[in-house]
Amino acid sequence: MIYLTRRYRFSASHRLHNEALSAEENQRLYGKCDNAFGHGHNYVLDVTVAGPIEGQTGMVFDLAELDRTVERQVLERFDTTNLNLDDARFQSVVPTTENLCIEIYRTLEPNLAGKGRWPAARLNRVRLEETNSNYFEYAGSL
Amino acid sequence: MIYVTRRAEFSASHYYHNPALSPEENRRIFGKCNNPHGHGHNYALEVTVAGEVDPKTGMVMDLKELKQLLENEVMREMDHRFLNKEVREFATTIPTTENIAVEIWRRLEPKLRLGKLHRIRLYETPDLFVDYYGEK
Repeated sequence: MIYLTRRYRFSASHRLHNEALSAEENQRLYGKCDNAFGHGHNYVLDVTVAGPIEGQTGMVFDLAELDRTVERQVLERFDTTNLNLDDARFQSVVPTTENLCIEIYRTLEPNLAGKGRWPAARLNRVRLEETNSNYFEYAGSL
Repeated sequence: MIYVTRRAEFSASHYYHNPALSPEENRRIFGKCNNPHGHGHNYALEVTVAGEVDPKTGMVMDLKELKQLLENEVMREMDHRFLNKEVREFATTIPTTENIAVEIWRRLEPKLRLGKLHRIRLYETPDLFVDYYGEK
């Protein structure tokens, strides 16, 4: 088994706020992240695909196909957007980086499962860095 | 268990080509990486060794020894080389990042005197890397 990781970057804004809670609770829970106009991040996304090395190509997965899939399913969707206002999912789910990480995993997983020459390749993990000081990883366990 | 990682960088050129496939298939699968003149990378290699701390030395293993092992098994043969033409294994195995990581594991693992090789991580570029834990 080999784990292949490709790194992508996108910029987006978000606000951490839960309508079901009072203004005070939101402030207490989320602090500055609750500021009304939102704030932004340069997210760093690591997508890890796992699988055996395919004999004819020496690769775990087709990198060009991985790039196209991430571009179409993730970057086009989230890059240069306001997660709260521009994305249907985050109308009802707080766009914490935990939730964004899980959403990216669930979006990519069916599109990266065993393609063409690489039937055994699978999405293994999504790692999403919000800032230099915090990142989140999801391997599909929930 | 403690995990000790040593990092080394080497610069090498390579290209992707499988002679068992047609020229058209090679170009379609590998794109610009199929250029027979090759192209280059500054590879960054992280070798992680797992072990227990020796109470006498306070170390899992002597890192000078690991450094010398990397020099003998990796740097001398791969640094500033055209991998396809100058490394024996890559005459018949495509030097993808995956295959290079496995080859480095194969060279290092039996030669580690103290500690156990845990992971080889090889960056082809800062945004593309491969992890190998020795599983078959």
